[in-house]
Amino acid sequence: MTASGPTTPELIVRGGTVVDATGARRADVLVADGTVVAVGEGLEAPAGARTLDADGCVVAPGLVDLHTHLREPGREEAETVESGTRAAALGGFTAVVAMPNTDPPLDSAESVRNVHALARGSLAQVAVAGAITVGRAGERLAPMAELAALGVRLFTDDGDGVQSAGLMRRALQYATGLGVVLGQHCEDRSLAAGGTMHEGAWSSRLGLPGMPAEAEEVMVARDIALSRATGGRVHFLHLSTAGSIDLVRRARADGVQVTAELAPPHFTLTIGCTSGYDPVFKVNPPLRPQSDVDAVKAALADGTADAIATDHAPHAPELKDLPFDEAPPGMLGLQTALALAVTELDLPIERILALLSWQPAAIAGLDPAHGGCQGGPVTEGGVANLCVVDPTATWTVDPTALASRSRNTPYAGRTLTGRVRHTILAGEPVVVDAEAQR
Amino acid sequence: MSPFPTHLLSMDDLDAESIADVLRVTDSFAEVGRRANPKVPTLRGRTVATLFFEDSTRTRMSFETAAKRMSADVLSFAAGSSSVKKGESLRDTIETIQAIGMDAVIVRHSSAGVPARVARWVDHCAVVNAGDGWHQHPTQALLDLYTVRQSLGGGDEGTDAFRGLRVTIVGDIRHSRVARSQITAYAALGAEVTLVAPATLLPPSLEGWPVASVSHDLDAVLGRTDVISLLRLQAERGSGAYVPTMREYTAGYALTARRALQLPPEAIILHPGPMVRGVEIASEVAELPSARITDQVGNGVAVRMAVLFLLLGHGALEAAA
Repeated sequence: MTASGPTTPELIVRGGTVVDATGARRADVLVADGTVVAVGEGLEAPAGARTLDADGCVVAPGLVDLHTHLREPGREEAETVESGTRAAALGGFTAVVAMPNTDPPLDSAESVRNVHALARGSLAQVAVAGAITVGRAGERLAPMAELAALGVRLFTDDGDGVQSAGLMRRALQYATGLGVVLGQHCEDRSLAAGGTMHEGAWSSRLGLPGMPAEAEEVMVARDIALSRATGGRVHFLHLSTAGSIDLVRRARADGVQVTAELAPPHFTLTIGCTSGYDPVFKVNPPLRPQSDVDAVKAALADGTADAIATDHAPHAPELKDLPFDEAPPGMLGLQTALALAVTELDLPIERILALLSWQPAAIAGLDPAHGGCQGGPVTEGGVANLCVVDPTATWTVDPTALASRSRNTPYAGRTLTGRVRHTILAGEPVVVDAEAQR
Repeated sequence: MSPFPTHLLSMDDLDAESIADVLRVTDSFAEVGRRANPKVPTLRGRTVATLFFEDSTRTRMSFETAAKRMSADVLSFAAGSSSVKKGESLRDTIETIQAIGMDAVIVRHSSAGVPARVARWVDHCAVVNAGDGWHQHPTQALLDLYTVRQSLGGGDEGTDAFRGLRVTIVGDIRHSRVARSQITAYAALGAEVTLVAPATLLPPSLEGWPVASVSHDLDAVLGRTDVISLLRLQAERGSGAYVPTMREYTAGYALTARRALQLPPEAIILHPGPMVRGVEIASEVAELPSARITDQVGNGVAVRMAVLFLLLGHGALEAAA
């Protein structure tokens, strides 16, 4: 557990509807010493307790992002642990899984300890994902047991997929002994290399090298086979095509232990956004045609997808002023994910919160069932990691007002519904009325 | 004349009427080019910059000659093809150029879309795409049209001769900005465009392309071709890997002397250059009277004068003629 002082003042969240994995009910929530001490209607607030108004709001376990690029160490001009976790808190997240494609990559105990140290006192819990292979080079296994001993529960070479099927199989076999999950960025390099956008009508017309849908799908199919054979758990990162989703749906029906996250760009934006060559719309996996967007939305509705993950990927402005093919892929996501889900998905808030809180917490091993304190039901005795969301409030995305050090949001000027009002991290109100408190 | 767009970024920017205007104005400037002193004051006091991030002596010379023949001040900005390597962002470069003060910038870049981005960043400055990645090279397509119209003869000032004209484009269409511009240009004037290439050298999708047919058999198409345009196999763009060997490519898709004989007698042979003789076109074919490759280069200057005139010199047509 990161953050929060030794004791925090008593706090009452008043007037909201508590929504968690057990259901929804009108209740106030009383918090003391970082813990939920009472949940019920019309609670008596102790003298001196701070009141957070939750009238008309949903009070839920804090959101958990399975896919955050904090960029530190190595790219501090784009983001730091401090700025990234501030963005997380403002987005309602009380925990983020930090991707290991930093410089140096998070492939050793020392590098993991370094991020843990950087995250001390930050505005959200930082769970580190470790690299599967040394240097993310895809050649030999990183010291996964050493990293697991430091609490790493998710391993990934994200930014790249593990290209060698043999090495991936070995990693999965090894992972079964550690009880960890392997996150795969599905991209077969022999099909995708050099590609800058989805291959199809738009790439042909714009004259840009494309990455075909099957570059993702062949690796999904391969890893399903490897998971089935080894019993190792695979978590598919940011799936983006109808074909991938179909493969996952069938594998799960067969009882294969795979999970899948989907990222907001893939259910809110289509390939046509790239028509003006603006690199703010460049992301990996790339934006896809409407038929894929529809499949992503269907997967979120029917339970094929386990989580919405932000793939928050800050880049310094000058890198997004490069020509489309030279610019790095990635978009900011932490402060817009919840609102995009509320605005763009025709799903009840309970379902959206499941996808953004307790389900990802379970995949990352951060939930109470795995000894963690994220995503758990809002009940007496639970650690007070909470977010308070006004599901009907509207706001307009202003890139300059975001907490990230970078500005690369593709949603600039978009008016969204659903606003994070308060975020409580281990009993400390780190965001109050949409303002970070430190 | 129909209103001309602010920038020329893609052949999609020009409708049939605007294309006809370009060809008509080109006639005037071609006449200027034949004078003893081929210079007119049309763009006196205007500044035109060529901004070539990718080497191209031919295209740059053509544009600069065009601007100078119209008495514009010409600035030439050469840069490496990668702005990352240069350490200056593309946007900074453009803002520098803009601060100096330009009426037009002519942009070539190895990355598709750069002219479109530049057009978003400049004010009161026309942007001309002189070739961007695999995307577009509109002035090349326009000079092809002009060359074809000239070759068809008959003193036709309009573009009616293009209606139903059978145009065959052969070669590496996948990686060709020239092909993308040509296809749009010919189709806009009512020509029937046939693409001939191995499947690996076609774009991944032809959805929405105004193409009448696609063939993998050049011999089958030659007999019903009025204009054949050959594209260079872009070895530097890695197209080598798209066909097993050059020999195999040449056997299937080169315009050899034997194949040239299968063309109708009036057919025109075009090549945007630079030619690789012996690969996509046999040396003796390039020398045939029906090959208008040298005319294409000569017409390039007049066409580019017309484009600059239409972008910058509204209302001064009389001065040119």
